[in-house]
Amino acid sequence: MSKKQKTMLVKIIISMGLLSFAVFADFQGVYGLVSFLIPYFILGYKVLKDAVMKIFRGMVLDENFLMSIATIGAFIIGEYAEAVAVMLFYSVGTFFESYAVGKSRKSIAGLMDIRPDTANIEKDGEIISVSAQEITVGSIITVKAGDKVPLDGQIIEGSSMLDTSALTGESVPRKAVVGDDILSGCVNLNGLLRIKTTKEFGESTVSKILELVENASSKKAKTENFITQFAKWYTPCVVVAALLVAVLPPLLLGESFSKWIMQGLVFLVVSCPCALVISIPLSFFGGIGGASRQGILIKGSNYLEALAKAKTIVFDKTGTLTKGEFAVTEIHAENGNEEFLLKLTAEAEHYSDHPIASSIKKANKAELEISNISDTKEIAGFGIEAVINGDKVYVGNDKLMALHNIVCPNKTVYGTVLHVASNGIYLGYIVISDKIKDEAIQAISELKKLGIEKCVMLSGDKKDVAETVAREIGISTVFAELLPADKVEHIETLLKEQKKGETLVFVGDGINDAPVLARVDIGVAMGAIGADAAIESADVVLMQDNLTSLVKAVKISRKTLGIARQNIIFALGVKAVVLALGVAGVASMWLAIFADVGVSVIAILNATRALKKVK
Amino acid sequence: MTKTVKILNLDCPNCAARIEKGIMKIDGVNSVSIAFLPQKMTLDYDETNPEIVGKILAVCKKVEDDCEVVGL
Repeated sequence: MSKKQKTMLVKIIISMGLLSFAVFADFQGVYGLVSFLIPYFILGYKVLKDAVMKIFRGMVLDENFLMSIATIGAFIIGEYAEAVAVMLFYSVGTFFESYAVGKSRKSIAGLMDIRPDTANIEKDGEIISVSAQEITVGSIITVKAGDKVPLDGQIIEGSSMLDTSALTGESVPRKAVVGDDILSGCVNLNGLLRIKTTKEFGESTVSKILELVENASSKKAKTENFITQFAKWYTPCVVVAALLVAVLPPLLLGESFSKWIMQGLVFLVVSCPCALVISIPLSFFGGIGGASRQGILIKGSNYLEALAKAKTIVFDKTGTLTKGEFAVTEIHAENGNEEFLLKLTAEAEHYSDHPIASSIKKANKAELEISNISDTKEIAGFGIEAVINGDKVYVGNDKLMALHNIVCPNKTVYGTVLHVASNGIYLGYIVISDKIKDEAIQAISELKKLGIEKCVMLSGDKKDVAETVAREIGISTVFAELLPADKVEHIETLLKEQKKGETLVFVGDGINDAPVLARVDIGVAMGAIGADAAIESADVVLMQDNLTSLVKAVKISRKTLGIARQNIIFALGVKAVVLALGVAGVASMWLAIFADVGVSVIAILNATRALKKVK
Repeated sequence: MTKTVKILNLDCPNCAARIEKGIMKIDGVNSVSIAFLPQKMTLDYDETNPEIVGKILAVCKKVEDDCEVVGL
């Protein structure tokens, strides 16, 4: 609680006591008036002073001004208790409002508290702490166990477990050793690390992330702009209506002035749009803050809103749906000895640096007899020939087999098929393919459950390969054998097919995707931790290379937009009801106060829900 | 040049918007934006003019009495 809030609370408690005393004592005449005026001024002094000052500065229609008019009006028509009560409840309301805003500020600040401001450097054998901003690139900093890493760099001494959850949302610690790159914002869990910095403070990952999240609220969502526009017109309109309500019925219908002035005052109290102008931006800010905690950076409220309306998601294949690295996925030996087949292939590929060779070598667990390998010959586009233990071994595609008149089965599988033959006898085949990400199938099915109507895959790969992957994952629309320029063309077509109000998301690894990212409604870059270019060009950045984050991002955006909508409907609904009751002549001051500050508090509390984690 | 400062004790985004409007009217201020929730004000103004800072603070005080600007 701040000092301002504490004074306010004390004033509220004292005047609450004085008000109940005045009501019980029920003094007559001037004493009665005075007994109510004392608590009124204790509470309202600042409000009245503010209102007067603002009139001089030409700022009418301020909340304080409206409150002053409403309560003075109530005094004039003889409703003393009500006047003080209105001021009391207004004060209680603003107190809660400021408390709630402060509290959500604090929880957001807690989310943002991932960057240390100081760094430890070694000077004359002693470790001293200096401002992280002063550290130049290439300096050596020391990070103790339990400390956060302040700048990006490379480990030159020590090894440790790193908690990267503040950056990626991933809770499993990662091992880091000498030579590894280390990102600012990680927490060093155990060992002592000495790090050579590679970036300045302002350019380091954690600074960039914080900057992104803080600036995100300046890109306003349509819903926010609507509220700003609405607020501009709402207050003057209601004030004019207040005047009409206070004056017209008595003049035209000859009803009592005091009753209708009271209704006019109700209008004034309800005319403040505070509930909306605070709670809507707060919802979006909370949604963005909460998402960043889970390794999802959303660069603007507008993107958050657009993501919630997504109906089409276009995926890049390699690196997004698949791992982007080749691995042995199938081994078939004619005689059943798969280990031998793999070992033989590894020996034949031993001197090759082809990506296929390295995945074979990675898969092979048996010890190679290198001295037995001779006469290795690589034939581009076919495969490899080698002499192993005196046997002539061929490893390659069906063309290589045909060249040597070896009969091999015609395999159509996803990936690259390596046939193996020795001394003219066919031994079997090994399939190497880019593995589908473990979570891809589930993520796509969850997205479909969330109402994403169309999942599309774009790929530069061969048609049958792309189609096999798509079928396995559950994507029905595939465009394959595309050059980068073709991708943009397909995106254009998909954008044209969209209905109004729907949005299109593109998910890629952020590398070479710039033209596509620029064209779509929301560009998502995956696995972008440490990849500055991807962070720059995308609208939404998933720090983890994991499709589950995408599902979470969609859920967060839906939830946030939902909260914003609830607040709009709730706040406007309550105000509309009170205004309607006012026109009917039956609204009370109490109701008006609730419609103003009560609704604000509830809306703010509701908005803070956006901060909470989604599963 | 651009400078980001803390702006404390603002009651509502309405006041923030009013302060923005007021500061924009000062000669020598190129741009200003106030983020209500993070309590930050980003200013781009002519630093060679010594009067500007005082004028900016005056606008803040005018709209919100207890408004506090840290770091300007």
